[in-house]
Amino acid sequence: MPRKTFNPFAGIWPTSAPQTTPSFSEKSDMSPRKTSLKSPKFTQFFSASPRSKSETQTATASLLAAAATPQAYLNSPSQQISSPTLSLPTISLSTARADSTNTDEPPTTLFQPPSPAEARRIARQHAQFGPLGHSTHRYASRHQGGDFPDPVLDEPPYYYLLTTYISYLILIIFGHVRDFFGKRFREEHYRHLQARNGYAPLNSDFDNFYVRRLKMRINDCFNRPTTGVPGRYITLIDRESDDYNLHFRHTGTTTETLNLSSYNYLGFAQSEGPCADAVEESVKKYGLTLASPRADVGTSDLHMEVEDLIAKFVGKPSSMVFSMGFGTNASAFPALVGKGCLVISDELNHASIRFGSRLSGAMIEMFKHNDVKDLERVLREVISQGQPRTHRPWKKILVVVEGLYSMEGTMCNLPGLIRLKKRYKFNLFVDEAHSIGAIGPNGRGVCDYFGIDPSEVDILMGTLTKSFGANGGYIAGDKATIDKLRVTNAGTIYGEAPPPPVLSQISSALRIITGDLMPGQGEERLQRLAFNSRYVRLGLKRLGFIIYGHDDSPVIPLMLYNPAKIPAFSHEMLKRKISVVVVGYPATPLVSSRARFCVSAAHTKDDLDRLLAACDEIGNVLQLKFSSGIAGGAEPLPEGITPEMEKAWKRSQKGEGRGDLVVQPPRWQLSEVIRRGVTDVKVPLR
Amino acid sequence: MDLHDAQSWLVEFQSQLSLQFQKMPGSAIFLRYVKSSYQNDPIRSAVELFLFLFAIRYLLAPSYSTQKKSYVTLSDEEVDELVDDWTPEPLVAPQTSFEEAENERIPVIVGPTGPKTKLSSGRTVTNLASFNFYNLIGNETLKEKAIQTLRTYGVGPCGPPGFYGTQDVHMKTESDIAAYLGASACIVYAQAFSTISSVIPAFSKRGDIIVADRAVNYAIRKGIQISRSTVRWYDHNNLEDMQRVLERVVKEQAKKPLTRRFIVTEGLFENVGDMADIPKIIELKLRYKFRLILDETWSFGVLGRTGRGITEHQNVDAAEVDMIIGSLAGPLCAGGGFCAGSQEIVEHQRISAAAYTFSAALPAMLATTASEVLHMLETNSDMLTQVKENIKTMWTQLDPRSDWVHCTSSVENPIMILVLKAEVISGKKLTVSDQEQLLQDVVDESLVNGVLITRLKSMPRAINVTAKDIGWELQPALKVCITSGLSKREIEKAGITIRHAITKVVNKRK
Repeated sequence: MPRKTFNPFAGIWPTSAPQTTPSFSEKSDMSPRKTSLKSPKFTQFFSASPRSKSETQTATASLLAAAATPQAYLNSPSQQISSPTLSLPTISLSTARADSTNTDEPPTTLFQPPSPAEARRIARQHAQFGPLGHSTHRYASRHQGGDFPDPVLDEPPYYYLLTTYISYLILIIFGHVRDFFGKRFREEHYRHLQARNGYAPLNSDFDNFYVRRLKMRINDCFNRPTTGVPGRYITLIDRESDDYNLHFRHTGTTTETLNLSSYNYLGFAQSEGPCADAVEESVKKYGLTLASPRADVGTSDLHMEVEDLIAKFVGKPSSMVFSMGFGTNASAFPALVGKGCLVISDELNHASIRFGSRLSGAMIEMFKHNDVKDLERVLREVISQGQPRTHRPWKKILVVVEGLYSMEGTMCNLPGLIRLKKRYKFNLFVDEAHSIGAIGPNGRGVCDYFGIDPSEVDILMGTLTKSFGANGGYIAGDKATIDKLRVTNAGTIYGEAPPPPVLSQISSALRIITGDLMPGQGEERLQRLAFNSRYVRLGLKRLGFIIYGHDDSPVIPLMLYNPAKIPAFSHEMLKRKISVVVVGYPATPLVSSRARFCVSAAHTKDDLDRLLAACDEIGNVLQLKFSSGIAGGAEPLPEGITPEMEKAWKRSQKGEGRGDLVVQPPRWQLSEVIRRGVTDVKVPLR
Repeated sequence: MDLHDAQSWLVEFQSQLSLQFQKMPGSAIFLRYVKSSYQNDPIRSAVELFLFLFAIRYLLAPSYSTQKKSYVTLSDEEVDELVDDWTPEPLVAPQTSFEEAENERIPVIVGPTGPKTKLSSGRTVTNLASFNFYNLIGNETLKEKAIQTLRTYGVGPCGPPGFYGTQDVHMKTESDIAAYLGASACIVYAQAFSTISSVIPAFSKRGDIIVADRAVNYAIRKGIQISRSTVRWYDHNNLEDMQRVLERVVKEQAKKPLTRRFIVTEGLFENVGDMADIPKIIELKLRYKFRLILDETWSFGVLGRTGRGITEHQNVDAAEVDMIIGSLAGPLCAGGGFCAGSQEIVEHQRISAAAYTFSAALPAMLATTASEVLHMLETNSDMLTQVKENIKTMWTQLDPRSDWVHCTSSVENPIMILVLKAEVISGKKLTVSDQEQLLQDVVDESLVNGVLITRLKSMPRAINVTAKDIGWELQPALKVCITSGLSKREIEKAGITIRHAITKVVNKRK
């Protein structure tokens, strides 16, 4: 039976009890599923976090400070249960269902605590998808109108850039010294890099240098094996290395960590609930595969249904699905463009786009990342010059961008692209691998976010791996385009058809998002994701980190720069039981190594506070707080001052000698960040 | 700061500079050299300086020209005009009538697929078109196992293998395949079709040499294309021609620095259906120092006593083959692909194979299913004998008996590729597209009579290619896939239906 528990001692504050009940019943009206969720407990925050005693104390102190003011207390219910209760035993009182009549009864009946099995089930469910902490923890992801701003790229002080270069230099020199002696004294370790027995080495010594001497040092931060559902928490399989990351040995234990690494944007990575039930049904009915490519006999009613749903969802007349996202791009481009055509690609486009466009045989030009002006320059040049040497006009030009860039956290400037498209008549291909489901008030990707009619974009491609917790990819477009692609692209002719269980996951996830299934839940997931994204981004900026990307993007890169900070950050996070993705060269430019957080709707505000607290501590230890303030995180404006009035206001302040126009580097206290977070994410971030 | 201060500072600075210069070892010699050369001939110094600057510029310049040769400088108005004039072709060309018909003809299955399959037209037909050789799709044990996995792992792993997408089930499947094949390591990809297109370019780069069979499948071709390696083709399954090509490559490359050399071929050919002679190829590869990339997509789980593939069938140690690429999606009825080889080969792919590094991992339930099927194949070799019986039954119905078609597949291959006999083609003067149309009519005709078969689809052509770029083209063929889910009598009956359909359609054609 769904029930919630709250601490009776919370009642010592006169306002808390009456406030709690309405807010919960209100929430349960919005989503029936939520009735089964426990009220967030502050104690969870600590029980799940593995800090050492002193660390816990500092975090407690900061959070206590946050809870001290009544303002914060009203804003975030997750802080209602404050420190005095930590030491007291928790007695659960029956409240039964929040929406049932039982709520009117005086809370005197001591009720049976949930059976251990029930408690385990709820804990398991919450480990995959956290309950919503408070009804204010929601936000609609939508472009606020006006020109779409380019994100400001903050730069660290030169000291950090210089030390980064020096670090790489030292690593490279060390590597070469080790190679020099190694090749002479430990020849057997280098045999695979030398020609032997008439065979050229499989890896060239030069190409392998980076992997051997740089990546190997931090190899334990990559390919970490996991088990179970990659939901709100992810369970890592512990491993150790005795030979400096050359081999790993599993220790036989596992660690449950807060998951900020998976692309589980809407939290559909779940092993129970409506999606999993639909998948089970589908396995029972259809089996696991159709064992045939789509064009042969691999098309079932389920495929048609999912294609129809996707087409409706993205707002295109027709669509088709594939069993792999990478393969979708790899096979789509050769079917769209070829000799005499030109692909103009954003310089940071995903490898699958490069793979596909190289296969197509078309010419490829690049433009600067997300720079519409540079794209216009390229377009004017290529259209006026025509094909190289012959100067014949291009047969067609395909501009390829991603909706949301997975390493930068930036969104494409769709309004700008559409403006150019009208003038220069190119075809537009938007890869919504990360943006579909993740942005827009209805989760329908960049078109939805900007309020642009999807018919303005020729081809909308996306993956089903990320927001929908399934696997595969889709292409959506006009009926004529898709019909042609169906017979001319290799993915349909040779690629295996998407398996029925994966299709069921997609269709049930889509139905939940659109509200056909479990009305209200999809909306909640979307709004929680938007809230969580903005909350973490604003929090990190205020703490003083350099954060890339647009405000509404759930991909949040935190810049590390120095190569030694890559493993250090990852290890420190793991110590605090948070799993994060760290990336360095060659996935990013040499200097801009980063950690990347992928926020999910499955996270609760407590989880995010835990992340912020961890980042705060690590940021101090690793010297990561070096933002200059130009990219945001500034002090909020006082009441009654709108962003438009900001300049004038600042000038007037200057007159009084109190403020100035110089940007202050933001270095907020953690408690202040958490206290103001919930309200400040709802207004344009600054 | 007035002028006097500046002057004294400058003098001070100058003397410091000359002091530092004199401290440098060899500065005196340099100075003496410059002085003496200047005394004798100032022009010489100037020339030397010029040469020195030129050398620096030359060294710093890129090794190729970055200037676009035929760049025409145009004014803004002219550019605007050109932009206005430019009319692009539509994004996709209109469908041809054959393509349109093709699209409409794709059968839509309602409910599960199996030996007997219900179509959207409402009819239940005998399915001889899916790769359900062992009738595993309806297998209850597999379903149960998959549901267990679902309840522990969910569906998708929500991330690439490098970033927390590697689950324990993937590692188990990898070691299961490696143990099953007798290779030392294995890597699992999320889609079988993308596997080899990614494996080839991970190892073979520009300047390397690939010797490949002319009839290799589309995925291999794309892999070769993206690797930008030099490719040499040999005639399909003609080992003498292969030896000739290998010899020539070795001779050509004798003077050049040693590069990686690969032989790429298939175990059972997707487009022809016949088998490669692996022992002989291994002998040749060892003699000419090539590495062998073997695509076992259609032979893994099919050939050999326990389905270990062509290496088991031809009694070759799988470790002799450098890379074995196989599919878990076809005969195994799970999903994904794999590449097995040495530890070094596998680990290299984990960071440099595009379809592994940049793609989400395989859903856990497909990985556990693959492991389970391998276990079944290993322990229950009856599964394979049943299919072999059925293949024989179908052969007797089609190959010697039909006057119009013959089967190019090897007798062990459950996918029977049936092509029109040469005399039929020449007698009726059939072009490639005529044959396609004819065979499509056969497919339709046998579907009318309740047997679902399919056609070998021609490889998609790149857009705007000219005829001479196309190269080898497959011969249009029918594809009949045998399954153990049907009894001998049902197979016989289906065989007769197909044969009659062929006779009827070909006879009709004048």
